[in-house]
Amino acid sequence: MLKNITLGQYYPVDSWVHRLDPRVKILLTIALIVAVFLVRSMVGYAILLTFIFLASCLANVPFRLMIKGLKPLRFILILTFLLNLFFQSGGGEQEILVHWWIITITRAGLRQAVFFSARLALLVICTSLMTLTTSPIQLSDGIELLLSPLKIIHFPAHELAMMMSIALRFIPTLLEEADKIMKAQMARGADFESGNLIKRAKAMVPLLVPLFVSAFRRAGDLAMAMEARCYHGGEGRTRLRVLKLTRHDLFAVIAVALLIGVIILERAAMPDGWPL
Amino acid sequence: MSIQLKNLTHVYSGGTAFESVALHDISFEIRDGDFLALVGHTGCGKSTLVQHLNGLLKPTSGQVLVDGEDLNGEHVDRRKLRMRIGLVFQYPEYQLFEETVAKDIAFGPKNLGLSAAEIEERVRTAMAQVHLNYDKYARRSPFELSGGQMRRVAIAGVLAMQPKTLILDEPTAGLDPHGRDRILGIVRELHQSGTTVVMVSHSMDDVARLATRVVVLAHGSLLADGTPREIFRQREMMEEAGLGVPEASRLVQALRARGLDLPDDLYTQDELYDHLLRLWKEANPC
Ligand SMILES: Nc1ncnc2c1ncn2[C@@H]1O[C@H](COP(=O)(O)OP(=O)(O)OP(=O)(O)O)[C@@H](O)[C@H]1O
Ligand SMILES: [Mg+2]
Repeated sequence: MLKNITLGQYYPVDSWVHRLDPRVKILLTIALIVAVFLVRSMVGYAILLTFIFLASCLANVPFRLMIKGLKPLRFILILTFLLNLFFQSGGGEQEILVHWWIITITRAGLRQAVFFSARLALLVICTSLMTLTTSPIQLSDGIELLLSPLKIIHFPAHELAMMMSIALRFIPTLLEEADKIMKAQMARGADFESGNLIKRAKAMVPLLVPLFVSAFRRAGDLAMAMEARCYHGGEGRTRLRVLKLTRHDLFAVIAVALLIGVIILERAAMPDGWPL
Repeated sequence: MSIQLKNLTHVYSGGTAFESVALHDISFEIRDGDFLALVGHTGCGKSTLVQHLNGLLKPTSGQVLVDGEDLNGEHVDRRKLRMRIGLVFQYPEYQLFEETVAKDIAFGPKNLGLSAAEIEERVRTAMAQVHLNYDKYARRSPFELSGGQMRRVAIAGVLAMQPKTLILDEPTAGLDPHGRDRILGIVRELHQSGTTVVMVSHSMDDVARLATRVVVLAHGSLLADGTPREIFRQREMMEEAGLGVPEASRLVQALRARGLDLPDDLYTQDELYDHLLRLWKEANPC
C-alpha cells in the first residue's frame, strides 16, 4: 500500500557500482546533476540517459526501478510539461501547431515542454542511481566525511549525519507501522479513501495518533539504548567501516569526467540561446 | 457464513529483489461454528493468511470466497464485509487512538453508521464481554492502561461491531499467564455463544484446550488440516513443522513407550487423567 516508493530505497545486490566509495558517489551524482543542467538539446539527454542506463546495468539494478521512481513525481512532471507547452513566450520559431480558442501551441513551446520535463525526469533518475546503489548508512557516512572540513567553523557534521541515518533507518519501519495501523483501522471499518478533503483529513486521525505514539516510544527507546552504550556525540568516535578510495573509484571519476566532456562539446555545438 | 480459500498464493513485493512467496497454493474452508486454530512456525505466513480473510490483502493468485462470492470481486463492499468478519491484529493495543476507552471502542460501530444510543449499548456490551468495568474504565484514556487492559480494549473495539466471524492473530502474545487465561476465556465464551473463531496461536496446549479444528502451515504451504485429535497424533509431522504437540500428548507418548495401555490419540489433560484413573482402578480393584 505504502511500499512503492523507490526514491531513497536501497536495492541490495552486490555490484561494481555498489562497492564504490559513497563520497565518490555523492560527488559524482552532483557532477551528473550539473551535467543535466549543462545539456542544451535532446541529443545531450540521450547521451546522459545512455550513460545512466549503462551504469544501471553495471549496478545490477533493473532500469525499470529507476523509471518507477518517477511515478510519485508524475503530477509535477505533467504540470511542468503543460505550463511550458502553453506559456512559452517570445524567441524561437513561432510556427503555430495548434490554435484553438485561447490555446496556442507553438513548435518552440512544444520543444521547451519536452526539454524541461526531460530535465526534471533526468534529475530524479540520476539521484535514484545513487540512492538505489548506496545503503542509507553508507550515504550518511559519506555525507559526514564530506562535511567534516566544516567542523572547523563548528558545523555539526556528525550530529547531522547521525540524525539523517536515524531518520533514514526509521522510514521503512514507520511506513510498515503505518501500513499495519491503517489495516487495523480498516478492519474496524475506517474509510481512508472516499469523502471530501475535510472528511479525509479527519479519517487520518486514527492513523496518525497511534503512529506518533509509537514513533515517540521508539525514539525514547533508541535514545536510552544509545546512552546505555555510552554514545556521547561525535568527538573521539572511531569508525567501524573506514572508507578507502580504490582504483575503481578512479575509473568511475574518469568515466563521469569523459561524459561531462562530451556534454560540454554538445553544448558548444548548439547555437547560442538554444533552446529558449 | 462460510469463508473458503481456493488455491490462495501471496507474493510480497513481486518483481523486485525483495520478492518473497509468503503463501503458496492454500485451500481450506472455514465453516460456521468452527473454532479453527491456525498454527505454524514463525514467519510461515499466518498473519499474511488472516489478512486475506477480510480482504485487507489481495491474493496474488487464487480466491477467497465468502458464502460462495469472491471477496475481491468488483461489486463486493469490502468495508461492509470487514465488519462482519472481525480481525484482531497481532499486538492490537498499538491501534488505540481516542481520548477515552469508550470512544475508542465506539470507532467501529460509528463506522457502521449506528445511532448514538445503539453505539452506547454496543460499547457497554463489548466492555462486558472483555470483563472491563464500564463505570471504572469508560472515561479513562486508553494510553494509561496496562498492556493487558489495552489489549482487551482493542479486542472490545472489534467485538463492538458484533462480527459473525472473529479472527484473532496471536491474541495472547506477550501477556503474563493470568492475562493469557483471561483473553482465552473471553474467546472461548464468544465461541460458545455462536461466533465462528479463527485463532493464530503458538501454544499447542491452548489449541488443545480450545480448538475444534487445526490448520497447520509450514513455509507458506498447508501441511495439515483436521481435528486436534487427528493432528496431534502425528507427532513427527508436528515436530518437523517446528511446533511440537501438547504436553498431554507428549506424556502419553512417553507412557506408551513404557508399556502403558493408552490410546495414541489423547491430547487433553482431562482425557489423560480419565484414562490414567481407569488404569489405576483396573490395577487396584478394591
Ligand atoms: N509487508 C511485508 N513485505 C514483505 N514481506 C513480508 C511482509 N510481511 C511479511 N512478509 C514475509 O512473509 C512471510 C510471512 O510473514 P507473516 O507475518 O505472515 O508470518 P507469521 O506466520 O505471522 O509469523 P509470526 O509467527 O512471527 O507472526 C515472512 O517471511 C515475512 O518475512
Ligand atoms: Mg504473525
